[in-house]
Amino acid sequence: MAEQTLREWLLTDTPTSRRHAKVSAFYQGWLSFRANTMAMIGLGILLALVLIAAAAPFLAPHDPFAQDLGNRLAPLGAEGHIFGTDSLGRDILSRLIYGARITLYIVALVALIAPVVGLLMGTVSGYVGGWVDIVLMRITDIFLAFPRLVLALAFVAALGAGIENAVIAISLTAWPPYARIARAETLTIRSSDYISAIQLQGAGGLRIITKHIWPLCISSLIVRVTLDMAGIILAAAGLGFLGLGAQPPSPEWGAMISEGRRFILDHWWVATMPGLAIFTVSLAFNLLGDGLRDVLDPKAGE
Amino acid sequence: MALIEDNGKGRARASLPPWIQTAFLTIGSIAMTMLGLLFVTFIIGRVMPIDPVLAIVGERASQSTYDAVFLELGLDKPLIVQFAYYIWDVLHLDFGTSLLNARPVAEDIARVFPATLELATLGIFFGIVFGVPLGVVAAARKGSWIDQLARVLALVGYSMPIFWLGLMGLLIFYGILGWVGGPGRVGIFYVDVVPSVTGLILVDAALDGNWDVFKDAFSHIILPASLLGYYSLAYISRMTRSFMLEQLSAEYITTARVKGMSEWDVIWKHAFRNIRVQLITVIALSYATLLEGSVLTEIIFSWPGIGSYITTALLSADMNAVLGGTVVVGLIFILLNIFSDLLYKVFDPRAK
Amino acid sequence: MNPLLDIENLWVRFPTRQGTFDAVRGISFSLGRERLGIVGESGSGKSMTGRAILRLIRPPGIVEADHIKLGGVDLLEKSEKEMRDVRGERISMVMQDPKFSLNPVMTIGDQIIEAYRLHNKASKSTAWTKALEMLEAVSIRNPERVMRAYPHEMSGGMGQRIMIAMMLIPNPEILIADEPTSALDVSVQRQVLDIMDKLVKERGMGLIFISHDLNLVADFCDRVLIMYAGRIVEVCDADKLHDAQHPYTRGLLNSLPRLDTPRDRLDVLTRDPSWSDAPSVSGRA
Repeated sequence: MAEQTLREWLLTDTPTSRRHAKVSAFYQGWLSFRANTMAMIGLGILLALVLIAAAAPFLAPHDPFAQDLGNRLAPLGAEGHIFGTDSLGRDILSRLIYGARITLYIVALVALIAPVVGLLMGTVSGYVGGWVDIVLMRITDIFLAFPRLVLALAFVAALGAGIENAVIAISLTAWPPYARIARAETLTIRSSDYISAIQLQGAGGLRIITKHIWPLCISSLIVRVTLDMAGIILAAAGLGFLGLGAQPPSPEWGAMISEGRRFILDHWWVATMPGLAIFTVSLAFNLLGDGLRDVLDPKAGE
Repeated sequence: MALIEDNGKGRARASLPPWIQTAFLTIGSIAMTMLGLLFVTFIIGRVMPIDPVLAIVGERASQSTYDAVFLELGLDKPLIVQFAYYIWDVLHLDFGTSLLNARPVAEDIARVFPATLELATLGIFFGIVFGVPLGVVAAARKGSWIDQLARVLALVGYSMPIFWLGLMGLLIFYGILGWVGGPGRVGIFYVDVVPSVTGLILVDAALDGNWDVFKDAFSHIILPASLLGYYSLAYISRMTRSFMLEQLSAEYITTARVKGMSEWDVIWKHAFRNIRVQLITVIALSYATLLEGSVLTEIIFSWPGIGSYITTALLSADMNAVLGGTVVVGLIFILLNIFSDLLYKVFDPRAK
Repeated sequence: MNPLLDIENLWVRFPTRQGTFDAVRGISFSLGRERLGIVGESGSGKSMTGRAILRLIRPPGIVEADHIKLGGVDLLEKSEKEMRDVRGERISMVMQDPKFSLNPVMTIGDQIIEAYRLHNKASKSTAWTKALEMLEAVSIRNPERVMRAYPHEMSGGMGQRIMIAMMLIPNPEILIADEPTSALDVSVQRQVLDIMDKLVKERGMGLIFISHDLNLVADFCDRVLIMYAGRIVEVCDADKLHDAQHPYTRGLLNSLPRLDTPRDRLDVLTRDPSWSDAPSVSGRA
């Protein structure tokens, strides 16, 4: 009975407070999101990934760095090594499990840097207008004109190989689309009547941007970031594959594929397993992103 | 956008014909973007932890040799002057010499670029031939099995690491089935057999009439080209579908149906005609992506194109080669964008 | 006299997540060689009725009826291919806004010629001459130039006359005009209506005139159906519209300003839920 009333409280058409309205809107979004099976699968995979990464020491059957040259390149289903071992006799399953941490680390960092930079550039550009807008948007165009992976390669070359530099390089190539979106949103919001209303009440530019424009840009940015995550994972794996991302002996998935590439014809599983892991995670992000778009930004769908 | 606003003032002063103004705007915009591109590569070159002088003279050179080269490279001048020199050189297609093989970078790029061009062109061909009809049918039969198939194909394409799919392709079609040639452009017995006229092996072999080379080259290119084709298919079919859905809900489509047209004609003669412009932009963009960024595919298939070139240069810290390659690739990207803008004006009567 | 078109118990349904939505709920009417007006507010199902006759309701929408007889033949029994010979050639439709109902990337000439050649085996040059004549018939000056122009170069009034020309060139028996003047400037509305009226009369066609504008319909049509919530609530002759009985019609009439009897305050329409439950009135002449 108590749950029934909670449900009713959440689904009400006449919220009693701002918080109530917020919670209720969130709950209704969640309901329509939950109806999307594919998106729920994506969410499930990502939650599992987080759990696996958190519990890696307990889940991994072996030390991911422990070499056993006597037992190198053991096939799938070998005793004690379900996914076999790599060229140094390290357990592939354990390396995959620890690799989840690296993937999440990269995703989290890029998701923190790129949209924030984009949001700042976009809202300032859209709100201030004039010369600032011209200059900032020119910069954005220049970054957009660059081929992404090549630019990331050049940055990594300049900064030196390594996982943090790879993250910075990817972020540097990922922000311009966010700036475009944020600018477009800002332009529409800025000219709306309620912004004029709070301006008349004496609100300053900073307050308008942070309290009124940013919150409205967030939902379209979240959708875009989630959809981009797959691309970011693929880019990070690509850099790892080229030897410009995480350095050995780190169990980064892209680097693991690169290592297995040498044995692809005779020991296919060494490169195949990490590839499947990358595929699963980026697929999950794509599914989740599609579902979020349907809930938060239905117009963009079709 | 910015330049258009800027031009508002110019129009007040002198009234040039509109097409000249447009031409100026376009050229101005290209110049600005190119300048920015050069600036970014220039900065990357300067913050490189590699000392360009040391890279030329070697670790054991005397201090006087070092100083001489330092001055010769103009490194004593202020940054802005160095940047001007850099632009001057690039305008003369001088990207410096490769530190790796001591050849001019421009020559190297001219040599490797046809390989990339051949691969990307075949790839985009596959992408268009399969992607556009797939997207159109998916939109026309929204919700049908073919729409679902298109969705899954695109989703998998967006989620699969290309280098891994390439490896799997090699494993299956080359390693296990033996249907296609392995890495490289031609088999070892066919290297340099036909004279290089265009640099595109398929074309060169056909010109020479050497069909053995043609067949061998084809068996080598088919796998990486299909791979790139698949990736552009994923993008092109998705975009085609959403453009078509937008047009199919338009009122003029109802008009065409009211006239008594068959659904096929409604789709191809009316709706498709209206997405050509948007489609061209999408295709130009994916072609640019293939030209620039088949980096990973080229590595996997040991394809001696510009992607491989830049990566190899990167790994051996050959900065001139990296920056030269980047500038060329960026230039191609910009040119393709302009090209699609021009086509836009040709195909859309409203843009005139 | 046999009616041109006879419709019995027409339903248009749209399945939605919250259950089926019935846009049109079991209406019956017939059309002779007359000008039949269908009036109602937005969402009353008047446009859906027009489209359902041409079987242009797209899935997931569903059209059901006991029959939709055109010259005694039930359209619902026709295959999609046979239906294409009905569309344009026997029943045509003019839509609201020429800005959207003309293909923006085809020349006007190509679009008119296409409409003609779909139903007539004619050479391009014959079709071109035919199209020119048709443009002249809708009072387009300089038709040669218009043939080569694109829709965005036309004004709204011209666009709608072109649309009428295009829809009448295969010489259909029935024209459905779905709010043909609502998107036009008031100054050209009358002109477009006069042209349409003249052509319909000359050719002895039946016209279904769908509009929300009660006065316009009263002025222009012979007979009027008043629709509310997917049903016909009242049928009357156009010249007797101002004596209508149904409270909805009365409400609509009273909410309009009138020059002959000015009032200080116009009535606001109050809706009675029982109107939408009442059975549909037959719209047969």
